[in-house]
This record gives sequence, C-alpha cells and structure tokens, in this order.
Amino acid sequence: MIITAIFFYLFAAVCVASAIMVIAARNPVHSVLFLILAFVNAAGLFVLLGAEFLAMILIVVYVGAVAVLFLFVVMMLDVDFAELRRGVLTYLPIGGLIGAVFLAELLVVVGAWVIGPSVANSITAPIPPPSAVSNTEALGLVLYTRYVYFFEAAGIVLLIAMVGAIVLTLRHKPNVRRQNIADQVARHRATAIEIVKVKPGQGLS
Amino acid sequence: MYEAIVVLPLIGAVVAGLISLVGARDRFPGEDPPPPHDDHAAAPAPEDRPRGAPSPEAQHGAFANTGVEEPEAAPPAAGSQLAELITTTLLGIACLLSWYAFYDVGFLGHEARVPIFTFISFADLHSEWALRVDALTAVMLVVVTTISFLVHLYSVGYMADDPYQPRFFSYLSFFTFAMLMLVTADNLVQMFFGWEGVGLASYLLIGFWYHRPQANAAAIKAFIVNRVGDFGFSLGIFAVFLLTGAVDFDTIFAQAPGFVGKTFHFLSWDLDVLLVVCLLLFMGAMGKSAQFLLHTWLPDAMEGPTPVSALIHAATMVTAGVFMVARLSPLFSLSPGASAFVTFIGATTCLFAATVALVQNDIKRIIAYSTCSQLGYMFVAMGLGAYSVGMFHLFTHAFFKALLFLGSGSVIIAMHHEQDIRHMGGLWRKIPFTYATMLIGTLALTGFPFTAGYFSKDAIIESAAVSNGSVAGYGFILTLVAVALTSFYSWRLIFKTFHGAPHDPHHYEAAHESPMVMLIPLALLAVGSIAAGYPALTVFTGHGADDFFRESLKLGAANTLFEHAEGLPLLMSLAPTAMMIVGFVVAWGFYIRRPDLPVTLAREQSLLYEFLLNKWYFDEIYDYLLVRPAMWLGRLLWKGGDGFIIDGFGPDGVSSRVLDVTRNVIRLQTGYLYHYAFAMLIGVAALITWFMFGGAHG
Amino acid sequence: MTVGLGHYLALGAILFTLGIVGIFLNRKNVIIILMSIELILLSVNINLVAFSTFLGDIVGQVYALIVLTVAAAEAAIGLAILVAYFRNRGSIAVEDINLMKG
Repeated sequence: MIITAIFFYLFAAVCVASAIMVIAARNPVHSVLFLILAFVNAAGLFVLLGAEFLAMILIVVYVGAVAVLFLFVVMMLDVDFAELRRGVLTYLPIGGLIGAVFLAELLVVVGAWVIGPSVANSITAPIPPPSAVSNTEALGLVLYTRYVYFFEAAGIVLLIAMVGAIVLTLRHKPNVRRQNIADQVARHRATAIEIVKVKPGQGLS
Repeated sequence: MYEAIVVLPLIGAVVAGLISLVGARDRFPGEDPPPPHDDHAAAPAPEDRPRGAPSPEAQHGAFANTGVEEPEAAPPAAGSQLAELITTTLLGIACLLSWYAFYDVGFLGHEARVPIFTFISFADLHSEWALRVDALTAVMLVVVTTISFLVHLYSVGYMADDPYQPRFFSYLSFFTFAMLMLVTADNLVQMFFGWEGVGLASYLLIGFWYHRPQANAAAIKAFIVNRVGDFGFSLGIFAVFLLTGAVDFDTIFAQAPGFVGKTFHFLSWDLDVLLVVCLLLFMGAMGKSAQFLLHTWLPDAMEGPTPVSALIHAATMVTAGVFMVARLSPLFSLSPGASAFVTFIGATTCLFAATVALVQNDIKRIIAYSTCSQLGYMFVAMGLGAYSVGMFHLFTHAFFKALLFLGSGSVIIAMHHEQDIRHMGGLWRKIPFTYATMLIGTLALTGFPFTAGYFSKDAIIESAAVSNGSVAGYGFILTLVAVALTSFYSWRLIFKTFHGAPHDPHHYEAAHESPMVMLIPLALLAVGSIAAGYPALTVFTGHGADDFFRESLKLGAANTLFEHAEGLPLLMSLAPTAMMIVGFVVAWGFYIRRPDLPVTLAREQSLLYEFLLNKWYFDEIYDYLLVRPAMWLGRLLWKGGDGFIIDGFGPDGVSSRVLDVTRNVIRLQTGYLYHYAFAMLIGVAALITWFMFGGAHG
Repeated sequence: MTVGLGHYLALGAILFTLGIVGIFLNRKNVIIILMSIELILLSVNINLVAFSTFLGDIVGQVYALIVLTVAAAEAAIGLAILVAYFRNRGSIAVEDINLMKG
C-alpha cells in the first residue's frame, strides 16, 4: 500500500541521514541528538512492522535511558568542539572503500537470497492474529512461559551492569565522614581508652 | 744407547717445563703478566729504579738493555737452579754418549737402526719411528749434543738474572730433542717432524722475551719464512711418495736410480722428475738454512738471547738444511741440474751475505750474516758432489761460530747489553780471556792456516776449483772473493770491539770479565776450533772419507774431486790464504791506521753504503711484493668474505632479517582501537568475498 | 510498490555499515564509538523485527527485546569505563589512546 511505502521510505531516509550525522557531527551533543532521532525513526519503522510494543520500548529505554545517559556523559566530560581531524581525510577513501565493499556484499546477499519453503514449517511461535491478541499480549504469552529463562537472565545482566557501573565510577570524597559499622563494633578497650595520669593543677596538655 | 741420546734432552725439557709451569702458577695466580713498556736505549737511570733493587753492575739480567722494564727487577723463578742442573746434566750425559757413538759407528763401523714404534700405517703409507744411526748421523750427533751442552752451561751464567730460566732451559732442551730426532730420522716423515720441531723451538726461543714487540715480530718472521721453505719440502715429500710409494730412506734410495731421465707432464711442460723432487726438497733447505731469497729471517732472529743464536742459528738448526741435502745425497747426485742449482744458490748466498756483513754495526748481526755466508760455502760443496767436504765445514763451523757468538755474548754482558760496535773499543785490556777466544774464533773463521776453518774452507774452494762446469767456476770465483770479505768484516769486528779508543767511557769503566761458567764453554770451543781441523781432515776428505762414511753419503763424484784436488797447482791452493791476508790488511788500514777512511768512504759512496746497510733492500722488496698483497688478501677475505658474506648471509643476516620483519610487524600494533576495528572489518570483508566467490557454498 | 523484506534488510545493512564505518573513521572522541555500537545494535534489531514480521514468528521480537536489554547494559558499562578513563587520562581523544602500542 502506498501509504506504507511512503512512510517506510520517509522513516528509512531520515534514519539513515541521522545515522550519518551521528558520525559526522562536530558537536558531540549534536551527535547524541541525531542518535535520538535515529532511534525515533527506527521506532516508527517498528510500528510499521506491527511490533508496537518494541517500538515503545525503544523510545522508553533507548531514547529515554541510554541516549540520555550518553548526553549526561557528554556534558560531564566537557568535550570540546573537535576539529575535523586530518586523519579522517586520509583514511576516508580506504575506509569508505572497504565499507562500500562490505555494504555491496551485504546487499548482494540480501538481494539474491530467498526464503526456503521449509522455513514456514519450522516457525517456533507463530504470531497470533492482531485482532485477537495485541502485540504486547502476544509477546507476554511467549516471554513469560517459554523464554522465562532468558528473561531472568536479562535481568541478571542488568543487575550486573548496574553493579559494574557503580564499582567503576564510585569515588569516596576524602573528607566526607561516614560510618564503618564493622570498625565500630570491633572496638576494644586497648584502642579506645587511654589512661593519663594528670598532676593536680597541670591539666591535660 | 741411541734412544738414551735422543730421549734424555726430552726428559730435561719436560722437567724444566713443569718447573716453569709450577713457578708461573705461583707467580701469576690468575692475573695477567706485567704489561710491556716502551723501549729504552740504555739501562734505566738510577732514579727510575725501585728501592732495594741491585745496582746496574750487579744486574746482569738479560732484560736491562732489551728495552723491557719489568715492574720490579724480578727475581729468577723458583726452581731455576734445579731446572738448569737437570737439563745441563742430562745433556752432558747425552754428549758423552754421542762421542762414544761417533767412535763406535764411525771408526768401528757399528751402524745401527733402532725401531721404536710404528707411526703411520695406512694403505701404502708406512712411517715407522726408527733411529737410523750411520756415520753421517754420528757426526751430527756429536755436533748437536756438544754445542748444546756447552750452550746450556753458558746459559747458566748468561741468563743468571732472568726471571724465566726454567722456561729457557726447557726450550733449549726441547730444541735439542727435535734436532736429534731430525738427524736420527729414518724416513722423511720423521725428518719432517724434527724439521718442524726445530722451527717451533726457534720461534719460541727467538720470541723468548715476548714482552718485546720486536722479538715477537722476529719470531713470527722466522717461522713464516721457514714455512715457505717447508711448503716446498712438503711438496717434495709428497712427490717422493708419489713416485716411490714409500717415505723411508732405504726404499727411496734403492728406487731412485730407476727414475733417472723420467719425465712427467705438468701444464704442457715435460719436467724431469728427479730435478723437480730435488728442487722442492732443496727449497726446504733454503728456508731452514737461510739461503739467498729465504734469508731474511736470520738477522732478525738475533732478537733472541745470545745462547740461542749460538745454538740454533750458528751450529745446529741452520745446518739442518745442509744435513738434509747430505742425507738425500743419493737423490741429489742423480740430478745434475738440482746440484748445479744448489751450488749456484750457495755461492750467491756466500757473496751476498758477506757484502752485507761489511757494513753492519750490531755485533750479533755481523756474526749472523757470517753464518749465512758460511752456510753458502757448505751448499757450494754439497752441490759439487763433495758432500763430505760440506759436512766437514759444518763440523768445524759449528765450533768456531758458536765460539764467536758466545764470545760476543760475553762482550755484550761486559758492556751491559750494548750491542753496537761503534760504542765499543779498547776492550782487550778489560776482558782479555774473551778477547783471546774471540781471536781464535776469528782466525778459524777467516781460514788462518792450521786452524780448523782453514782446512774445511780451503777444501771447499779446492773442490770448486777442480770441478767441471760453469756453475763450479761461478762458485769458485764467488767463494774466493768471499774469503777476502769474510776476513775484512771479521777483523773489522775485532778491531772495533777490542782495539782503539773506547767510545763509551761509562760502560768501558764498568766492563769486567764474565763468570767462570761462561768462560769454560768459550775455552772448550776455542780448543775445538783449532783441534777439529787437521785430525778430521782424513775423515772428511780424501780416501778416508769413503771408509768413514760408507753408505751414508754418496761419494762417487767426490772421489774424483779429491784426486784432482791433490794435483792442484800450489798457487791455486794458496789463493784463499792470500785473499784472507788482503782482507786483513784492508781492515787494519781502515780501522787501526786510518779510522777516518771508512767514514769518508761511506759518505762518498753513500748509495752503495745504504744498499749494503739495508741488506740489498730485500726486506723492503718482500714487504712490497709479498707482505702487502698477502695482508690485502687477508683483509679482503676477513672483512669481505668472512664478515660480509658469511656473517652477513649467515647468522648476522638471519638475525637482521628477523629484526626487520619484527620491526615491520610491530608497526601493525598501533594501539589505536579503530585500526584494530578496521583490520577486523577488512578480514570480515575478505572472508565474505571468499565465501561468495570461492569456497564453501551453501 | 510493496515494501518487502528485502527493503528492511537493506536498510539494516546500511545502518550496520554506517555503524562500522563510524567506529574506525572517527577521530574525535570515544563517545562516537559507543554511539556507533548503538547504531549497529539498532540495525540488528531492525533485521530481527523485519524477519519476525515477514515470517510470522514472534521469537524475533523476543530476541530483539533481549538485545535491547543487553545493549542498554553495555552502554552503561561502556560509559562507566569511559568516565573512569577520563578521570585518569584527562582526555578522550581517540588518537591519544595508544597505550597498547606494540
């Protein structure tokens, strides 16, 4: 249908353009913003494909969390405007050539390749018709039953990532007082008390 | 008994060597020996001497004027006395046994062949170690052991202050052993062993004071020039083996007549085999006996201590060449061409060395050139076929030449290691005994009537006079002229050393006679210089020679010579004596009556004077023609061949290539992530391309 | 004209290539590398969802969800490393990161 095609081409074009700008932008903040644009367009493409849950998740997680995180870091690191370094120009031909070769090969594969007829018989979990079950529900029906292990594993991965991020970047400020319960509990008389014989009238000097 | 004669010196050498090694261990426990110092012209000044060292008069050591400053006046090595005693005694015993053997073999006719063991036995080559004792050997045994014993005795006094006496005596005894092996050899291989052994001993002894660079250079020069001769000698031995299939003398001599007139083909020439063989063998004699063209080492060999010069370069080693020709007389007598060449070389050497000796200023060098000249005489006789006459001169020459050398050693000690005769003079009052013995030696050398030298030298000249052939005539003229020159330079030496006014008052005042242990050998040799002449005449010349030498020398041609010699006109037989008187008169005029004459003559004839003084520029010619190209070739092979090619393409090349490869590989590891990612991408692209167009499908 | 599977796959390929090119063509700073990685992961997601739709298999979307999760985790860790690196070195210019130089 023509509308679908128009939207597809629109989303695809903008997506590719913003991807290019991610790499080519001088200001890193602009790069992050173009990344956000790319994600949004990808989300649009997902909607076109009928995976609206994934599309929304893309917005929420990728744009809302990951891209914002990128932005935080870019701001924090105070990265300057980078001049287009000379290295790009010298490497651009050969890099571009290799990239073009690579792309050409991928496209040849995509173009020449057909789906075999037997594949249709080995679909693992067929999509139920959208009139009966929404996309979200369909995902949930499969995710929490057959793929619960992967679901849990993904959760563990996230937990570990969180721990790892904290471990990597946590710094104790030197002059912030904090409690160390173990030390407090492990006090004993020898280290806590000191007996000083004070002469009358002398005071503790 | 004969084993004893040969082995006793070896035992002495080994014992003295062990003493020397043990002593060296004590002296230098792991450190380097003291470094050499720069040369000094005279004895070190008193203020340079360390405290407590003896004064110059007492320091008779062999070091004082050689230019080496030992850090302290080092004491003689431990065990020196023991080493001296053992070696000298053993040699004395060997000497007595040799005289007995001389009587036994020569006069009683008990020739012997004592096999010891088999050395090589491989396919056709059989070399047995055996002692061949015939009359020729007996003569040489006497000469070698007597002179060696006297030199050992003399060295006890001469080397009294040297720190390395055990080593010296060890080398002397080793030399004697090698020489005895040479003269008792039954085959060419054994003779070659002795030949090389005496060459080695000569090297060790010339370079005895190895801290001196000149001594080292002289030792190497001697060895290398000898080597050139030895090369010819070896080729001769190979040729003999090729021809006869054996190396022992009996077989060779038996087969030799069968090769007369045979030729072999070589590079488009047809060469007479015996001529070639004899010429090659003679080349060895030329090197060892310092004949013309291979003579350059002998004067420089005077760097060694004087007893060494007396033993090796007067009486024994240099006569090894003469002995070899005598031993191989059956071969040489079959080749007239080679014999003529021998005479030619001998005569040329005779005159050449005599002309050079006219103007030399070092006392030992004069006597060295005199030796060279007298060896020429011996070869003249050998070439004419008068082998026994040549041996006669060898016999007498050993006595008076050793006497002259040892006497000059006594003079050198008296003058505190001054060797330049221009600094001497008037010594006959100070060292009369040495003067007397030197006088006797000179009389014998010049051929004064009734001394030993008179008989032997005149015999040679007479042989040359009566022989046929142009070479004989050439030999006669040259030897006759050399008599005059010999007389001149010998008397020149005597006059400048012992007569006239002293040129160095300081040394002159301090001169004194040598100790008794040095004077006894001088006396004995003086007796020999006179007594070894007339009684030996019948043994060596005339018909007695045949009875004495029997099979050891081929005297066929000589017998006719002796007959003719008896019929020589009186004028001819007195000619040598006349020449001697002429030389004496001229020397008297130059150095006693008009001492200014030689000076003006040298100045006016400066070209001739320089030519003679520089030994006819032989050293310079050889340096230019041979030494420089050899060094160039050596350097080329070293730097270019060895360094560039072998090292370059071998280990160094491989390691450099490895380094190059590594260096280039390192450049891939830039440390930049994007380079690595790029590399990965290239790899992936390549893999995909390969899979798509090549490799696995599906 | 109907947009078929091929179009989506082609788009995925283009984004993938752009991501890869971005890794080694950038000389500015390391954050661009991390963003290029995100682009690659995005292209993979597009591939997965496209196949899921055109094959009628929901597993593709499940897979894409997991990929999303992992991508987020990886971005977090990557940025943490970057922050730590910046604290130590003071610069995140790519050309200065060559300590591994052989």
